[in-house]
Amino acid sequence: MLSFALIFAVSLFFSGIVVKVKSIASGRKGPGVFQPICDIWRLLRKGAVYSRTSSIVFQIAPSIYFASILAAMAAVPFGSQGGIVSFSCDFVFFAYVLALGKFFCIIGALDTGSSFEGMGASREALFSMLAEPAFFILMGTLGLLTGHTSFLQIFSSLHIDTNLSYILVTIACFLLIMICMIENSRMPVDDPKTHLELTMIHEVMILDNSGFDLGLILHATNLKFAMYGALIADLFIGNLPANIAIAAFFGIQIAVAIIAGIIESFMARFRMSHNSQFILVLSSLALLMLLGVMLINN
Amino acid sequence: MSFIGIYILTLLLAMLFIGFVNPKTKGLIAVLGTIVLSVIACVPAVNVLANNAFQCRFAGSWLTGVINIVIDPLSAWFVLVICFTMITSVLYGQQYMQAYAERRSALSLHWISFLLVHAGLISICVLQNSIAFLIAWELMAFSSFVLVIFEGEKMRTIRAGVNYLIQSHIGVVLLTIAFVWVAAVTGTFDFSGISQFVATQSKAANFGLMLMFFIGFAFKAGFVPFHTWLPHAHPAAPSHVSGMMSGVLIKIGIYGIMRMLILINVNYLAVGYFILTISIITGLYGVMLAIVQHNLKKLLAYHSVENIGIIGIGIGVGCLGLGYENQILAIVGFAGGLLHVLNHSLFKSLLFYGAGNVYQATHTMDIEHFGGLIKKMPQTALLFLLASLAICGLPPFNGFVSEFIIYNGLFSGINASFSMPSILMFVAAMAGLALIGGLAVMCFTKAFGIVFLGEPRKQFHSEPKEFGLAKLLPMYMVGILIVAIGLFPQYFISAIRNVLAQMVGLDMSATILPLCCETITQISWYMIGFVVLVVIVLAVRNLCSSRLPKAEGETWGCGYLAPTPKIQYTASSFVRTYRRLAKPVLQIQKKSVGVDGIFPQAASYSTEALDRTETSLIRTPLKFFRLILSKLSVLQNGCLQNYILYGLLFIVVALGFLFICHLIKIFVNYLNTIL
Repeated sequence: MLSFALIFAVSLFFSGIVVKVKSIASGRKGPGVFQPICDIWRLLRKGAVYSRTSSIVFQIAPSIYFASILAAMAAVPFGSQGGIVSFSCDFVFFAYVLALGKFFCIIGALDTGSSFEGMGASREALFSMLAEPAFFILMGTLGLLTGHTSFLQIFSSLHIDTNLSYILVTIACFLLIMICMIENSRMPVDDPKTHLELTMIHEVMILDNSGFDLGLILHATNLKFAMYGALIADLFIGNLPANIAIAAFFGIQIAVAIIAGIIESFMARFRMSHNSQFILVLSSLALLMLLGVMLINN
Repeated sequence: MSFIGIYILTLLLAMLFIGFVNPKTKGLIAVLGTIVLSVIACVPAVNVLANNAFQCRFAGSWLTGVINIVIDPLSAWFVLVICFTMITSVLYGQQYMQAYAERRSALSLHWISFLLVHAGLISICVLQNSIAFLIAWELMAFSSFVLVIFEGEKMRTIRAGVNYLIQSHIGVVLLTIAFVWVAAVTGTFDFSGISQFVATQSKAANFGLMLMFFIGFAFKAGFVPFHTWLPHAHPAAPSHVSGMMSGVLIKIGIYGIMRMLILINVNYLAVGYFILTISIITGLYGVMLAIVQHNLKKLLAYHSVENIGIIGIGIGVGCLGLGYENQILAIVGFAGGLLHVLNHSLFKSLLFYGAGNVYQATHTMDIEHFGGLIKKMPQTALLFLLASLAICGLPPFNGFVSEFIIYNGLFSGINASFSMPSILMFVAAMAGLALIGGLAVMCFTKAFGIVFLGEPRKQFHSEPKEFGLAKLLPMYMVGILIVAIGLFPQYFISAIRNVLAQMVGLDMSATILPLCCETITQISWYMIGFVVLVVIVLAVRNLCSSRLPKAEGETWGCGYLAPTPKIQYTASSFVRTYRRLAKPVLQIQKKSVGVDGIFPQAASYSTEALDRTETSLIRTPLKFFRLILSKLSVLQNGCLQNYILYGLLFIVVALGFLFICHLIKIFVNYLNTIL
């Protein structure tokens, strides 16, 4: 329950920090860190326009997408305290419930009959599918390292003490940040601030959403960011006492947001055709980590 | 005995009556016959799963010896799976076939064959005598061939049917050789002979026998590279037959493999690695080809290949568990595989029934022609969506449960870290399964999104409309079971506890099963929780947005205000990036007529995905074979004199050969004497 509340709290300002960092890096003052959540709050109170082409699928898709993120959040632990749900192989549930949300997001986009949204849907389907093995190999590796098979047990028994484990945790952090950037359609795979529909992925999928539904989708993205940030934080705070852990949690989340902002400020988006290669590289990195763990175990 | 007597009597009576009644009643008799036969078969099967063994003997003949008819837990499970899909298939088919009411004789043949397939499948599950088994196998194979070629006036259908018949008989040849080998060594056709064979022969011989059985059954199950008949036969057959074949007929191959795993209980490690490797390849290859298909039923057929791969991964994990003597791993692996057998039979038959509805409403199967059907056929669309979510393994539906159990096995296999190769194998299987899941999502967002959503891409002769309840009822039956397994998997897991005990070879003690069931029960609660969560979010949304203004408008087109259905994304464009990425595996045939010249003709562009294994293993050798045979066709010139000459030549050669042999003998003797 604690982790759920903390993630929700972080989601309120996470993308605000990213925006702030980007503004500062480009020499502007930028809006306050709570501006994005205020925008969402405004959207939630606005009316909506629906395309005549769309059907019931378009209406229910954003809500199911949002619910799927909440369900995935429920599986994320906070250090040595479990999430709302915790069981053997809960990360499989985590990944699959996110996939369910994505499924609805994609068919919601196809429901409008727009060529732009079809294009975005196609890209989203391909890229998120390619990122899937990397996440599973990463979890398998952490499982092998700790001898456990659930988020909570893995994170609470993860000890970072040897030289090799520093390397492993670095790779794990890198992988999680990259998976997070892909899942949230950020740089270097997708650029949320691009001005041309043809170069978008996620943004182009939600062109036709408006009002409450758009608010849900945007906040789902914030939650997703904070959720992956929580996973990264969990790599470090497994054995800390609760009060320090909460401070560390916020610290790490803010650090992740700053890193995301820096990546977005100083990197260009990849060419669309290079994305798939890049995402596949993540799987090989995960395999590298697996080999490292096998070395430790022998 | 009484059970079997009633069974055969019902079957014969139903077959007899079908010939003499009007077309509509033929279907009803088939429905009635299937239900009665299913009840007769299911009563002992349910008993067996609840701990009561069932066994009887049939006198047999001098050729076969005594025929044992045994329903053990494994058979019982498959009998139940088969019967459920058979019932929904016949209920759906009875409605589906009303469109062909004028073809009286073809319908009689069709329904008689349907009953025979059912009887064949049930017999295969219970017969424990190899000759009787092969006869039942043949009955099933041949009558399903008749079912496939119902629309035999189409050349494509006949070709697909003959392709199926030939390939299924290559499998039969291997099975026959394997059974004869066993009989030659042990002198009995009973299945107990196989156990004797295993006990007396070397490890290599046992592995060879297992391999032969595996390949024989793999032809039916559709493991790569023995799957090439599937994508032809499924689109050719009527939809209820495709659903039945994909749902249960190919599972009989899985049954065969599992039966042999029980009987040939050695070499589990080698067999496990073998099955796991071939299953990962099968799963990935199936879904990779499925994505690029444009024919809806062909797409579903390739997904059957993929799901056989997933079942195979479960079985492979189970075998490795037996090999490494890790009971939990073995139980979890087999449990995932067995449950996926049921799950796949459900969602795949539902998908085929949905495709059947779409076909009868539009008379096409080309995905590129559809669009916006959800507004015309809302119930079909929602059922299709349900099955799509289930086949992608997404919670809270049944596909997730079985895949979750298999993942559980894979992760505990990694953690148990028996050896370096085992870890790598499990990681490969896990990454493969994750990739399969991702690709399946891509495939079914395409299939559902392009067919049912957006605007119609083509005007059909008659406006598509929803079908009546009679046709949707069997689909709802399947749909309800899909949701039930998703939300309450623990009851289905405990239903197969005896099957698991049999596979693992131990009395299902109180300690192990609850351990696995605990997680499953938790899952059940979370699934229900998730459904509640979705309902809450939807309710909040509706509550909030009901007070807000709502407007309707055109889809956003960058300011373009006259959109046509033609500007929608098509299925080919949806998968284009993927197709380029997967180029090394796929074989895409492109045909294009470009726009050129001063007065250009109509331009066209089409792609067709060929199956690389089919090209290299079947088409190319056949071409070569044909080339050689065409050289020999000079001999076959239809001139009677020449044929008489051939006869004469044959006699001359036959006699001459003996004569020459004799001469050589004399010569050699002569040489011997002088040397």
